[in-house]
Formats: sequence, structure tokens, C-alpha cells
Amino acid sequence: MRTISLVRQLGEVLVAVGIAPLFAGWIAQCRAWLQNRTAPPLLQPYHMLHKLFQKDAALATDASSLFRSTPYVLFGTMVLAAAIIPSIATDLPFARAADAIALIGVFATARVFLSLAAMDIGTAFGSMGARREMMVGFLAEPALLMVLFNAFLLFGSTALPSLVDGYAMKRSVVDPSVLFAAVAFLMVMLAENGRIPIDNPATHLELTMIHEAMLLEYSARHLALVEWASSLKLFNYACIGFALFLPWGIATHGSDGGVSMLIAVAALAAKLVVAGAGLALIESLSAKLRLFRAPEYLAIAFLLAVLGLLVHLLLGTSANA
Amino acid sequence: MSRAHQWIAAAMTPDHALRVLLILILFWVVLGAGGLLRPRTLRLVAHILFPLGAVACAGVAALAGIFLTSGHAPETMILPPGLPDLPFHLRLDPLSAFFLLLLGAAGAGISIFSAGYFRVGEGSAPALHCLQYHVFLASMAVVILANDAYLFMVAWETMALSSYFLVTSQHRIPEIRRAGFLYLLMAHVGALCILLSFGVLQGGSWQFTFDAMRGASLTPFWATTAFALALLGFGAKAGLVPLHVWLPEAHPAAPSPVSAMMSGLMLKTAIYGMLRASFDLLHVQFWQWGAAMLVLGLFSALFGAIFAAVQTDMKRLLAYSSIENVGLIFTGIGLSVLFAASHMPLFAALALTAALLHALNHALFKSLLFLATGSVLHATQQRSLGKLGGLIRRMPWVAALALVGTLAIAGLPPLNGFVSEWLLLQSFLFTPQLPHAFVNMLVPLGASVLALTVALAAYVMVKFYGIIFLGQPREANLSHAHDANKLERLGLGWLAGGCILIGVLPQLALRIAAPVTGQLLGTTVAPALSFWRIAPIAPEQASYSGLVFLAGIAGVFAVTFVLVRLIAHGRTRRTAPWDCGYPWQTARMQDTAEGFGQPIRHMFGGFFRMERDLPAADDPAPRYRIHIEDRFWRAIYQPIAHGVQRTADAVSILQGGRLSVYLLYSFLTLLVLLVFVL
Repeated sequence: MRTISLVRQLGEVLVAVGIAPLFAGWIAQCRAWLQNRTAPPLLQPYHMLHKLFQKDAALATDASSLFRSTPYVLFGTMVLAAAIIPSIATDLPFARAADAIALIGVFATARVFLSLAAMDIGTAFGSMGARREMMVGFLAEPALLMVLFNAFLLFGSTALPSLVDGYAMKRSVVDPSVLFAAVAFLMVMLAENGRIPIDNPATHLELTMIHEAMLLEYSARHLALVEWASSLKLFNYACIGFALFLPWGIATHGSDGGVSMLIAVAALAAKLVVAGAGLALIESLSAKLRLFRAPEYLAIAFLLAVLGLLVHLLLGTSANA
Repeated sequence: MSRAHQWIAAAMTPDHALRVLLILILFWVVLGAGGLLRPRTLRLVAHILFPLGAVACAGVAALAGIFLTSGHAPETMILPPGLPDLPFHLRLDPLSAFFLLLLGAAGAGISIFSAGYFRVGEGSAPALHCLQYHVFLASMAVVILANDAYLFMVAWETMALSSYFLVTSQHRIPEIRRAGFLYLLMAHVGALCILLSFGVLQGGSWQFTFDAMRGASLTPFWATTAFALALLGFGAKAGLVPLHVWLPEAHPAAPSPVSAMMSGLMLKTAIYGMLRASFDLLHVQFWQWGAAMLVLGLFSALFGAIFAAVQTDMKRLLAYSSIENVGLIFTGIGLSVLFAASHMPLFAALALTAALLHALNHALFKSLLFLATGSVLHATQQRSLGKLGGLIRRMPWVAALALVGTLAIAGLPPLNGFVSEWLLLQSFLFTPQLPHAFVNMLVPLGASVLALTVALAAYVMVKFYGIIFLGQPREANLSHAHDANKLERLGLGWLAGGCILIGVLPQLALRIAAPVTGQLLGTTVAPALSFWRIAPIAPEQASYSGLVFLAGIAGVFAVTFVLVRLIAHGRTRRTAPWDCGYPWQTARMQDTAEGFGQPIRHMFGGFFRMERDLPAADDPAPRYRIHIEDRFWRAIYQPIAHGVQRTADAVSILQGGRLSVYLLYSFLTLLVLLVFVL
């Protein structure tokens, strides 16, 4: 039993690490289709990683050890998050090591490390990117917390496995607050992962970039790890979203056996395909906002989540009365 | 050998804990006085007295820890000195033991750092520093142990005065004198409020022991008055907005170990006083008290974080960050009162645990950061962020240890700051269950203010660390900066170790806080302690494991490192950084502290009063200047100061300087009195 769940845990992490670049590649492909461009091959991110791992790393003359160790820290935090998030099964040994709020902390750790590393060389773009990244971070966090507050009100827990199990218990519950929370979460997810309304992952136009500005000094194996970590971050966010709002298919507590795992993997794949296409659609339909519109964008996300909260509380009181 | 063993065993038996603590406190005073034997030589003070003081600190922490974990009954003691009818009462209970532990644990690190820090020719003579420093420590310990209002006030005033002299040790600089005066003034306004609060608390019995106050029954009006006075008094000491104005002036003025003591330890005595007054003496009666503290706390936290983000002086930045952290602690206390007065003791215990833990954490990481700024100050003679940079290469030790403090204060797992902030957010989750309409909808929004503050704190700390330690040196003389000496490293390392320990094994800290919540609220969180994680209410509800976090990140780090070495070749080429095709860049073109403040000024403009000088485009000698001021200063303090001045002017008409007129006043007074008497 114990070994089975350990094996399951290891399998889940390997799946996450393995298919995260594929997810990024799928989004890029959908985007290209929607924009009438010839799509890059689906496996392009893997070729990219392979190429980067083969190259000589070019390091700035006085890069400190903080700069050199940050890619490994980033990768470590993202793998840890992947181990905690119940993307395939809820009965995982690591899943109880942190609840969703602590997960935000994991992402914050990664963000701070990357920002510090970006400031290490002392180029103008690095520090500017770091500052902008931290700004988006502190604007996004209240909204994300309110989303989790909504989830807590529904199921009395912020632990993702309990939430998924809770959904499985009362499948019929459709609370209107969930809808608000889901939209808010989607907006935060786009902002946190440097997607289009806030940042453009495909740009290298200096004045607008956030995430890419921080990576300018990274090359070869370091860059590969950072890129892999950021695709893993997007994958992790998607899986948090699935656990919060679309938990169908995840192997719940007590459902042992290979069949439920197979269903879970198939469900995850289906959800990722749909989610990737959806993300590409959103990115193709919207334009990048000016940086100082970012507070407004995230304020809308926050207000939506608060609305969800109030809707739940008001409906709850009227139902009780 | 066996005799020493017996002595230690006797000291460790909890029955004698209070006595041994008093001996250690007396030892501090003796150490302080000892320096006066050779007032001008540094060697005695630095090599003997401060390290001994650090050992005594560690002893205090150990004793308090043993007392907390052994679960013994409170100890009391009456000492003969004092007023004729009011001898000194002392009491050691879980609440005071917790704060003594905090004092000792952080104090040990600061003392050992101080041994390496103080130099000849900086401000007062070393022996004087040593005396004031140890009296300051001892008075804080007595404040925590006092069990009657008289001893409490005596120790409180000793604390204020000794710290005043420490702040003004470089009294030849006018700004420092001014900062010291402001500090003294606010300390006394606060002390006055506390004194009045005790006056109300005795409830007509005219007994000023805390035991009598616990038993006094007050009407709701007087209880609330006593609470409000205590909130004003302790809030002024803790730096709660709008009573915070002294803090960003006094902290930067003091020598760094003193700033660390004031921010890390002295603010916590105010927290202690607030807990003692509201929970122990007043028994938490109305939820409105909690709401008031919650609002003040949240506002202070946000205010502190926003102001910290726009500072350009590293110690002022940390001072504002102290306001933020005190705000977070008060938020926790306020929530706890809110829950406790609504008869939800378990959630009250959760919020109180968060507040206590955050107090302990703040003592550790804020001391660490203030001490690190001290090392930077000694190495570079610079406090302004605009003239620092790149010190990670010159001062690797300080940079590494300060990084621990930076990550901890930014609230990142697996360090300690995250644990208390996580617990605080957890306790916010239960606020919709409060039995008051509208309150249960408004308070949850407080959680988002809290999240914003915590995330802003991360922004501030990235600025702090990035500008000081990372990037290129902004001035030429920074290339001569030297790393901290061994004693300083030891002090920093002690505090950093504490941050890591509590972060990775938060269950230890919960275990220490449990007796306190047991004493004040009658219940504790997470009674069943797990060795690898904390789950304050129930594991299904939420849990966190610092151990797994650290092991997970470190494990993946190691595995990835090895794998990357196997797959990819490890060749590295050192080149110049990419210059964007503009090769004439200098270190002065890096992002600045002002640059980091810019988005904050843009977004939270309403908080500041800004004055800007933007030169014209054709100005031959352009000077950019931006001056940011606290609105409270003009809104509250200047009118009061003007009012006092005007009243004084009005009264000064009486003071003509002629003796005959003064005699006339006496005569008139006598006449008036006679009219009343007859």
C-alpha cells in the first residue's frame, strides 16, 4: 500500500516533468494555427531543451553563485509543487505536505529567486524585469487567495486532495460562486505565467517584456532549466485549476487499481488538450495591456473572486434563513 | 564535576526557574557596570562582557524554553524593594516565559554580534554602550516578569531611557538628537497612557498588583476605556499607525545592534503588554476590541509595506518593515480577540498562535537584517541604497546570511516567516463563521489585505537585497568593502539558524506557543504533534510541512545537478554581460531604489505627500529630486505641535520675569483659594 502510493507519487512527478514542455508546445501550436501561421512541430520544446543542454554556458564575468544556483532552485520548487498538486490521484504521500495556500508560497519562492538572480548581473533589463515580475506577483496574490477562500467555503478545506475528494462526494453541487472564482483564477493564471494580457512569452521587445527580461543573461543548461521550470509552472497552474474547478477523472481516495489511474491519465490529457486550446484562443483574441493597466486587470480578477465570496455568503444566509 | 552537575540540575528544576532568571538579569546589570572599570578600552567590553552577556541570553532562553515545555505552574515571587506598601511582585507564567525565550534567543545573537561590532571612536565610550545595552536588556526582562503595575512602569521607563541613550550615542549629529527627542516624547506619551490604563484597571480596589487587577470587575465602559488606553500606550511603543512616527526616525539613528534590539525585542515588549492587558487582565470581553485591533493592524501592515517600498535608506526601509510586521502581529491578536469574544476558542487559539509565532520570527529575522545593515555600514560607510550594490562579491558571508533573513521576512517557505503568515491566513479562513452579520462578510476581505501586504513585503525585500548585495557596485569605494569579522558572523549565523530551524520544524515553535494559548484561552491548536508537518486544525483541512519543502527542493536540486552534469557537459565560458548594443554603460545606470519605488508611488499615490522637482529639458545642471512624506505628520502631529506651541506662547505672557508680578500671582491664588474655602 505504502509502496504503491510512493510509486504513484513518483509516476505523477515524472509525468508532470515529462509532459510540461509538451503542454507548452501544444499551446504554441494552437496559437500558430489560430493566427494562420505554420505551426512549429509539437515536440519543438524538447528539441529546444536538447539543444540548450548541449551548448557551452556563457556566464557574465561576475555572476555570483546565487545566479548559478537559481535555475536548480526554480526547477526544484516546480517539481515540488508538481508532487504536491493532485493531478492524477489524490492519495499521494506528498499531497499532504502543503495546502493550496502553501503552494502559493512555493511559487512565490521561485519568483523571488528568479528576480534576485535577474538583479545579480546588474543590467538594466534584468532589474527592470525583476521589479515588474514582483509587481505582478503582489497584485495577483490577493486575487488568488480570494479564489482559495471560495473553495474553502464550499468544502471546508484548502488542501487540494480534500477538495477533489469533496467534489467527488457531492457531484451535484453547482454553486454560482464557483463560476466567479474560476474566471478570477484564469485571469490570475494568465498573469502569473507571463501570458498575453500581462506579458508576451514570444516577445523580445525590450520595453514590454517581463519574464524574458529576467532570463536575458541565462544561456545553455541554465536557460534550459529555467525554461523547463516555467513550462512546469504553467502545467502546475493548469493542474491546480483542474483540481479546483474540473476535478472529474482524478483518482480519488480509496479508488485503488490500475483502471482508475488509466482513466485519470486519460482525463488529464483530455483536459490539457482543451485547456491548451482555450489558452491559445484567449491569447489570440486579446492584446497585451500596458504595464500600468496590469493593476486594473488584476483588480478585476480580485473583485470577481470577492463577488463569488459574497454571493456564496449571501446565498448561504438566505438558504439558512 | 558532579557538583557542577548538581548545580545545573538544581537550576533546571522549574521551581527555581524564576530565581535563576533573576540572577541572570542581575548578572546583566553587573556586566554592564563592569565595563566602567576600564571605560575607554574596548578589549574588556568586546572580548569578555558582551560574550558573557550573550551566554546569559542563551541561558534565559533555555530556562524559559524548559519552563514552557515542562508545563509547570506559574511561579511568583515578592521582592522587598519597592514602595512602602507595594513590594515588587514577579511572576513567571507561560506568556512571560514565551517572551523571555524570544528575548533570550534573539538577544544572544545580537550580543555576540555587538562584541564584534562596537569600535572605539564611534559615539559614546564602549563602556557606556555596554552599560546602557545591558541595562536595556535587563529592563526588558523585568518588564516581562513584573506582576504589579509599579514594577512594570519602573522597568518600562528604564527601558525607554536606556534605549534613548543608546539611540543618541552619536549625539553630535543634530538629526540624531532630534530623532532621540521624538522617540523620548512618544515613549512618554505611551507610558502615560499605560499608567492611566493601570489606573482604570485596578477598578477601585487601589491594589496595583496584577493579581488584584485580574480579579477586579469593571463595567463595560471602564473596561473598554482601560483597553483603549492600553491600545494607545502599547500601540505607541509598538509603532502602530498613526503612532508610528518615531520609529522610522529612531531606528536608523541608533547603532545597528541597538536598532536590532529595539526592532526585534523592544517592540515585542509592547506586544507582550498588549496581550497581558487584553487577555490576562481584562479577560477579552467584547468582539469590538478585536475588530479595532484588526483594522489598526491591517492598516499598519499595509502602510508599513507601502512606505518601505519607497525608502532609499536601508535602515529606514527596515524600520517601515517593522511597522508592517507589528501590524501583522496586531492583526493576529485582533482576530484572536474577535474569535475569543465570539466563543470560538479554537480559532482564537489559532490566530493567537500565529501572532505569537510571528513575534518570535520577527525578532529573529529583523534582528538579523538590522545587524547585516550594520556590517554593510561598517564596510562601506553608506546607508543610502543609491550608493551601494554588488556586495555579494565583497561580503559573501554577510550576503549569504542576509539572504536567509531576506527570504524569511519575505514570507517564503521553507523559512520561518512563511509559517506564521500561513497560520494567520488559515485563521482568516474561519472568519465567515463569526456570528455577527456583516462582520462575517467584511473580515474575510481582511485576508486579501493581508495577502497584498505579504506579497508587497516580498517586493520590498527583493529591492532591499537586490540593491545592496546584487548588481554592480554603484560607487568606486565599494571595492574596498570587507566582510564581517568572526564574532559578527557568529551572531548573524545564530539568528539565521533560528530562522531556518523554525521554518523547517515549525512544530517546535507550536509546541512552545501551546502553553501560552492554553493559559490565555484555555485551548491549543494541533494538540497531536506530528514529527514532519503541522496541521493546526485538522490534516484534512490544511497542513504544511517545512521539512518536506526543504528536503524536496534540496533533493531535486541535487538530483538535477547530477543529471545535468551527466547529460550536458559542464563547460562554462565567462564573458561580459549583454550590453544591448550600448557599450558605454556604467554601474550608475542600474535600476535604483527610486526606480523600485516608482510603481508603488504610482499605484498607492494617495498614501503619500510627494514633492517633486523635475528639471526642464534644457536645464544645464539638472537635478531630479523627489521627497516623500507621511500624511499623518501634517494631519495629526504638526497641528498638535502648533497647538502646544501656541498654548505655551499664551501662557508665557504670565512669565514677565519680574519678581513683584510673580508675588502678585501668589497673592491672587491665595485669595481665590480663600474664597473657595470660606
